[in-house]
Amino acid sequence: MADSYLRQSALASLHLIARANQADSNAGLSMGERGFLCQWVVRGDAGNAVFASAVKDVTGCDLPIEPNTVQGSGYINVLWLGPDEWLIVAPDGSDAGPRLDEACKDIHAAVTDVSESRTVIVLAGEHARDVLAKGCALDFHARSFVVDQCAQSTLAHMHVIVHQRSDAPEFDVYVHRSFAESLWQWLEDAAAEYGFAVSNPV
Amino acid sequence: MLIIDCPYCGKRDEAEFHYGGEAHIVRPENPSELSDEAWAEYLFMRSNTKGRFLERWVHSEGCRRWFNMARNTANNEVEAVYLMGETPPKEVSK
Ligand SMILES: [Zn+2]
Repeated sequence: MADSYLRQSALASLHLIARANQADSNAGLSMGERGFLCQWVVRGDAGNAVFASAVKDVTGCDLPIEPNTVQGSGYINVLWLGPDEWLIVAPDGSDAGPRLDEACKDIHAAVTDVSESRTVIVLAGEHARDVLAKGCALDFHARSFVVDQCAQSTLAHMHVIVHQRSDAPEFDVYVHRSFAESLWQWLEDAAAEYGFAVSNPV
Repeated sequence: MLIIDCPYCGKRDEAEFHYGGEAHIVRPENPSELSDEAWAEYLFMRSNTKGRFLERWVHSEGCRRWFNMARNTANNEVEAVYLMGETPPKEVSK
């Protein structure tokens, strides 16, 4: 985690919180930034009982074994990134990462803090699937992309992790910090035909 | 555009993958004992097959895992995918 002194979210320069106050409730899509999340990449052997139970104890979530799925506790989400790789996401101030690191100190596993590497753009509303489909080859239809599914792909040629959080539908789009503003502007353009509002997700 | 069946993620667009050349090239046990010619053979010389070719791919924009693929270089048909370290499935072994 970076020093909190002068800490800014990746999209701070867009003043989204000020724009959120003028939100249009008829919009087909709402977009906002969920910044300052704690994120850790965890590598380990899913077949190792010590590793799996350490993840369960610290996060309250079962280790997702099924590719491209998410296990969530309401507070923490664990995203499958690969057969031996996961992303743990928790609100600002969480100590889950250091606790998991400690719990795994005697086994072959690694916990790496990547909190500042990506920010999350939240897309919600009836046209969220349409907007994502404009820039990504994944099938976002409701019958094929469902709640607590995640996928890594490209959106408008930028690498993203997409996690569907709810049936609203609401999607968390994880994007590398230096691409965030570019992706936001692409999304505004893609969403223009549906009408969009800026939200202030927590 | 190819649709490639990642052994972990399932069917994805070719644009998410990168190519890694011919599969099953074995690094010599004792490189220092090789002649320059034999070393160059290992490093640079690859077959240039028309038809079924066993090759490596990586799902670089997805799960970032390497895997093997049997692809027909003449018509681009993907005949099989299988994990790193595995031998090709019977129906595509040469
Ligand atoms: Zn994959």
